[in-house]
Order: sequence, then C-alpha cells, then structure tokens
Amino acid sequence: MTDPLVIFDVALALAIVALAVAALSVRDLFAMIVLFVVFGLLSALAWVRLSAPDVALAEAAIGAGVTGALLLKTLHHLRYVSGTLGQQAAYGVTPLTPVPIGVTLANAIFCGLITLGLAVAYLGAPAAGPGFDALVAEAMPRSGVDHPVTGVLLNFRAYDTLMEVVVLLAAVVAVWQIERGVSDAPAPVLGEVWQGFARLALPATVVVGTYLLWVGAEAPGGAFQGGAVLAAVGLLLLLTRAYVPQPTHRGIARGAFVLGTGVFALVALLVASGGRVAFEYPLEHAKTLILLIEGMVTISIAVTLAALFHGREPVAQTKGGRDDT
Amino acid sequence: MLEIAAAAFIALGTLFFVAGTVGLLRFPDIFCRLHALTKADGLGLALIAVGVALLAGTAGAVFRIALVWFFVAVASATCGHLIARYARHGVRHD
Repeated sequence: MTDPLVIFDVALALAIVALAVAALSVRDLFAMIVLFVVFGLLSALAWVRLSAPDVALAEAAIGAGVTGALLLKTLHHLRYVSGTLGQQAAYGVTPLTPVPIGVTLANAIFCGLITLGLAVAYLGAPAAGPGFDALVAEAMPRSGVDHPVTGVLLNFRAYDTLMEVVVLLAAVVAVWQIERGVSDAPAPVLGEVWQGFARLALPATVVVGTYLLWVGAEAPGGAFQGGAVLAAVGLLLLLTRAYVPQPTHRGIARGAFVLGTGVFALVALLVASGGRVAFEYPLEHAKTLILLIEGMVTISIAVTLAALFHGREPVAQTKGGRDDT
Repeated sequence: MLEIAAAAFIALGTLFFVAGTVGLLRFPDIFCRLHALTKADGLGLALIAVGVALLAGTAGAVFRIALVWFFVAVASATCGHLIARYARHGVRHD
C-alpha cells in the first residue's frame, strides 16, 4: 500500500469515529439522522478500502439508505403525526426529559459486551494468516457460482443466510402486530419536481436492483443489495402516492413476506430428502437453485423493507398499508 | 497525457466541491447555501466524472459513470428543490 492511501485511510477512520461521536452527542434529532447516514456512507467507503465491495454495497443500500429512510419516517411521525415530541420539540431540540440511568447502563453493558466479543474474535483470529481464502477458493468449483461471497452466503454457509431472512420476516410480523403503527396518513405532498424525479428514478431503480441481484453470481451484488435497492422502488411508490396500500392487498403482502424464507427452507428440505445434508446442493442444479433462492429472497427483502417503511398493517377505512413492488 | 488530463479534470472538480462547501459554511441563509451547494457540487461532480471516464478502460465503464453522474445530478437538483420547498412552506398533507 502506498503512503497517500495510508493517510486517506487514517483520515477516513478518524472521520467515521468522529461521525459516530457526533451522531450520539448532537441534540437535534434530524441532525442525528443525517450524521448517521453520512456515517453509513463513510463506513461503506471503508469497506471498499478493505476490499469488501459486497459489504460496502449492503452497508450503503441498507445501513445508510433504507435505515436512514426508516429513521426519517419515524421522526416525521413523532413530530407531525403523533405529536409525541410536542410542539417545542418539532423544530429541532429534543425533549429535555432525562433518560433513566438504568436504560443508559443497560445500553452501555450491551454495547460493551458486543465490543468485548469483537475484541475476543479479533484477538482469537490467527494473526496475518491466510484466513479462509484458500479453503473457499478450493471449494468454489463445487459451489455452482463464480463469486466467492455468493458461494459462501448461499452454499457453504446458507444456514446463516436463512436465519438472516427469518430475522427480517420476524421484524415485519412484529410491526404488523402493533395496533398503533407508524402512521396511516398518506405521504406528504412533495410537489411536481419530486413527482417528475420519481418517474425518472423508478424504472432506473428497478433495473439497478435487478442487475445487482443478477450480477451477484459472478461479481459483488446479490439478494440483500438488490432487495434493498428494489425496496427503494416501494419507497418511491409510497412517497409519490402512486401506490396506496389497501387492506385487500394484505394477502399478497403476507405471501411476499414468507416467499423467501419458504423457498429457502423448501429447497433445503428437498435437498435433504435426497439423502444429502440440508444445503448440499447437487452440483448440476446448484446454480439454478442458488438463483431461485436469491430471486425469491430478493422479492421478500424488497417487499418487507418497503412494508417496514410504511410501518403498519393496512386496516380498513384508512389510506395505510404496504407496497407490493 | 490522458492521465494528466484526467488529473486536471479531477483537481478542478475537487476545487468546485471545496468552493461549494465554503459557500455552505459561509452563506447566511438556507437558500443561498442551497444555491452554492447544488450548483457547485453538480459541476464538480461532472468534472470528476469526466476525469474518471478518461481513465476508465471500457465503454461499459464510461456508460456507467455517465449514468451515475446523470442520476446524482437529477437527485441533487430534486433534493435542493425539496429542501427549499420545505423551508418556504413546511410539511403539507393535503
């Protein structure tokens, strides 16, 4: 590595830590969210510098993009819809009610445990060793795909990926269980410029999301990145009011939520019924099965994230609901 | 030769970004700041995109850079409009 890049890396690392500190200490909730999004973007850049473009894409699309949208939606709800934050809080300053010391302490303990776990994992890892690169490279011909990350995620360690999809499913089930969700009011009117931008961006976003999914077999990309970008299509539809979720769409939505998990588990069971281990795909069908799982998981991720953005189950006589992209 | 031209474009683009940031920090109100930011950054990004496109090896890469420039430019203009609109009218639900 050359010298200027080391300077860049150190500056990047310092900026990320500074942004994290700023995001935690700033009083204005909106500024906090903006700082968090910038933190996510710089983290994505850091992942690029660590030669992990897959993680960078996921961080940019989910960590910065979708999470930022979810936080902004929540803030909008608290300020203008539910009025929880009150009138004086609506324009910047957070309410001055102090957080109970027990909550702070519990958060500190949990964060400390995570840091401790990371430290143990870091110190326990073989220093400067080859890692798993050689093992993965050796096993790649048996994975059915050409990109090592996809091979690891959907073949060698498919069980972990299945669990991640289940976590997302559990999240949306929990959100739909809550009677008083985020808001049943339609999105605010954003004007003709915004509508025109959405008309331009929507088809492009569909193409980019599908491309990210498709290219995942041989290059950085895949179900989570593609799904997050396709979820942005749902956000565009909801924010332009081009799609207003209706109670009658709940069946389709539920189907889309479980589609990824269902197909993933079904493939595992079918493979297992043929006298193999659960995710030991037969080599001649490996690529087809991986693409099938990735495609279905992408649909589930996109619809689930868009539904989380909408924030509640669509109920009768309200203009609330979710999106079925 | 191509590298020097690319470096010049990228340096010039960075200059516009710095100018835009100075405007963001120094200008008195939100509309002046938006004016500095959206225009200077748009031109800065275009210059950097030209510089990077000169270094790009394939036609596909040039095409992708052009797409990135186009969508960032459109999105940034829309963002500027939305912020100005919010600053003037606030949130409207009807």
